[in-house]
Amino acid sequence: MPDVVLQASSVAKAFNGMPALVSAGLTLRAGEVQVLMGQNGAGKSTLIKILAGVQARDGGSIRLDGRPFDARTPLQAQRAGIAVVHQEVQLCPNLSVAENLLAGRLLRRWWGIDWQRTQREAESALARLSLQLDVRRPLGELPVALQQMVAIARALHQRARVLILDEPTSSLDEAETARLLELLRQLRGQGVAILLVTHFLDQAYAVADRFTVLRNGELVGEYPAKLPRMKLVQLMIGRDLSATAATRDAAAPAGKPLLQTHKLGRRNAVQGLGLIVAPGEVLGLAGLLGAGRTEAARLLFGADRADTGTLQVDGRALALHSPRDAIRAGLALCPEERKVDGIVAELSVRENIVLALQARRGVFRMLPRAAQRGLANAFIQRLGIKTADAETPIGVLSGGNQQKAILARWLATGPRLLILDEPTRGIDIAAKQDLMEQVLALCRQGMALVFISSELPEVLRASDRVVVLRERRQVADLDARGLSEERLLHVMAGAAA
Amino acid sequence: MNASVKHAGFVLLALWLLNAALNPGFINMRWQDGHAFGPLIDIVNRAAPLMVVAMGMTLVIAVRGIDISVGAVVAITAAVAAALLPGHGLGVALVGGLGAAALCGLFNGLLVVAGGIQPIIATLILMTAGRGIAQLITDGQILSIDHAGYAFLGSGFLLGLPFAPWLALALAALLGALKHRTALGLFLQAAGANPAAARLAGVNAAGLILAVYITCGLCGGLAGLMISANIQSADANNAGQMLELDAILAVTLGGTSLLGGRFSLRGSMLGALIIQTLTTSIYALGIAPEVTLVVKAAVVFAVSVSQSSVWRRRS
Repeated sequence: MPDVVLQASSVAKAFNGMPALVSAGLTLRAGEVQVLMGQNGAGKSTLIKILAGVQARDGGSIRLDGRPFDARTPLQAQRAGIAVVHQEVQLCPNLSVAENLLAGRLLRRWWGIDWQRTQREAESALARLSLQLDVRRPLGELPVALQQMVAIARALHQRARVLILDEPTSSLDEAETARLLELLRQLRGQGVAILLVTHFLDQAYAVADRFTVLRNGELVGEYPAKLPRMKLVQLMIGRDLSATAATRDAAAPAGKPLLQTHKLGRRNAVQGLGLIVAPGEVLGLAGLLGAGRTEAARLLFGADRADTGTLQVDGRALALHSPRDAIRAGLALCPEERKVDGIVAELSVRENIVLALQARRGVFRMLPRAAQRGLANAFIQRLGIKTADAETPIGVLSGGNQQKAILARWLATGPRLLILDEPTRGIDIAAKQDLMEQVLALCRQGMALVFISSELPEVLRASDRVVVLRERRQVADLDARGLSEERLLHVMAGAAA
Repeated sequence: MNASVKHAGFVLLALWLLNAALNPGFINMRWQDGHAFGPLIDIVNRAAPLMVVAMGMTLVIAVRGIDISVGAVVAITAAVAAALLPGHGLGVALVGGLGAAALCGLFNGLLVVAGGIQPIIATLILMTAGRGIAQLITDGQILSIDHAGYAFLGSGFLLGLPFAPWLALALAALLGALKHRTALGLFLQAAGANPAAARLAGVNAAGLILAVYITCGLCGGLAGLMISANIQSADANNAGQMLELDAILAVTLGGTSLLGGRFSLRGSMLGALIIQTLTTSIYALGIAPEVTLVVKAAVVFAVSVSQSSVWRRRS
């Protein structure tokens, strides 16, 4: 067995009295990819933050090369050889690739920085990852995938022996993902100990040497790469999966359309949207990354203004100037970027949940405190939001629980049409199914749903019809019954429809 | 009540106790002709305009803004009121002064909301131009005010106590009620902490921000009335000089973050009282005038450091 580089055991951590980790642990070995799996709130992020020196642990032990390891700051962890690449790239987009790569260790001459040597050094650091880039370009001009690789190159240039990747592929398309996974295999060959956190089973199986599973802040165990998928999922959620699959019972009755658009579009965003959604119907919106799905959702919700085409609700034409107009018409949008467009981190769970309902009521008709609390607690229970109480700042909850709270914000308004944009992104399987089941139950009672997801099986399972976007245009409107994943992919990718 | 408000209250109490220890006369109160007099009363009275301005500033800061034109608004309001007073009477003077202040706030708000200009730059325009406008109104003179009703605003007494603090208290009650009894508090804090999310949730952030700048202008106007009534003149050059900085300081001393979001009106009022206590007691203790600003700065430094989250985590 290869050398153990890092070993964590019985790690504990609590926030505001809510235990995030009870006794978590993992073992990383040189030249191996360890994939960390677990549901939302399993404690993956917390464990990584502790390893990265961002947070201090309350208990347990961590050993690096057999010696006790206790980084109090990210810098200490970095110096010890632990590098973390986050989901959102944490570099400076306005600086050049070379500056980002070598920040803090730019090569100097006596009168200043030696840019030529710095650039050569940066190029050679990228060459280690078989990357060729113009290192003088601002980082922000590169696609996210390349930015991520620059972040990895930076970590390796700092002689990191432990590389931790937290959901690195969640904003990458398939080709980019494949490239990243290939890179990981290559680094494994170079003896780096790699910890990968991902929700994508395919990717996990593509690179894993071993799996470590966490559940509710506890280490469930370490398993070999040949562990069957169903078994892995069961270990993660702690129950049998087959009973919980969210499916549509039957095609919803096609009534009068609730929402109808004709050639709706906006310059540089998306064109030619012709959607029809009836009450109780689920319309899937599929497309590759960059196909214009999020842009479409924002147009439907008035977050961006359409400059061509028409939109009708109940047969009446509406000009949506702002989300307020859409909300008044009974629409709701759970946005893709939870942190940017969804949560107000420093406000409490209660305040976050009542926000949209209160906004619709206006400034002066305030929901009484007791009603607010009742509403918040009802949703906390109904959606299973894990929080110490309704007054906890939402920012301290895990991603999946934040997502549920944002869903609660919109369900509280009793929407007639809900637009879910990647509701399951960055969420584990059980929370995902929970969420979808809740939403689909509402559809059975007549709520219309526009569902955007990059996970095709999910789209096919939930939808009555699937509208496909490609290169920022609507290209197809398909019946979801009998539609295979393969055929849908064909249409998305632009093969003959 | 949150921790930083408690902290501000504690600092104020400590300053008062220190003053009392160094100068036993500090806690003296006299009752004369049915009016209360004494150093503490004096502090509260003098702090009133700053409290008013600090409350307006708190709202602006809550939505990630800042208004450095309030000192100029004080001067404009005082000039307008003093110019209107002789010919048109008290009512017109008050309404005219406050109307001018509201227009100033509207101007700032439009620059920020519709113009998309950074608040510090947007309000810098009026800060620079405002005193010029005030001087145009007063013709470059210091207009003296001779009107008993107007003077009451700055030096009158109600129930034995000076009138100005009552005004500040009434404003605090009004704003406090708006914050807690309407959804304004929630909306302001949401729009301040995450404008994009607030907009998507249906909060009219632009309208809210505009209203907040107008309110801040009105607070500057009210302070301008109080200040000019107190000195019974409108001095375009010196009225409200540096008031904007004291107000920002009062807001931060009261625990409201300059990054927007959560805000505390009570904290800002305590902050204003702390600043006025310092100013008054430095004079009262006979510290040489050359070093008063240094002493004030040293105390502010100590308070700010003790409030910083970094410092607290360490101790």
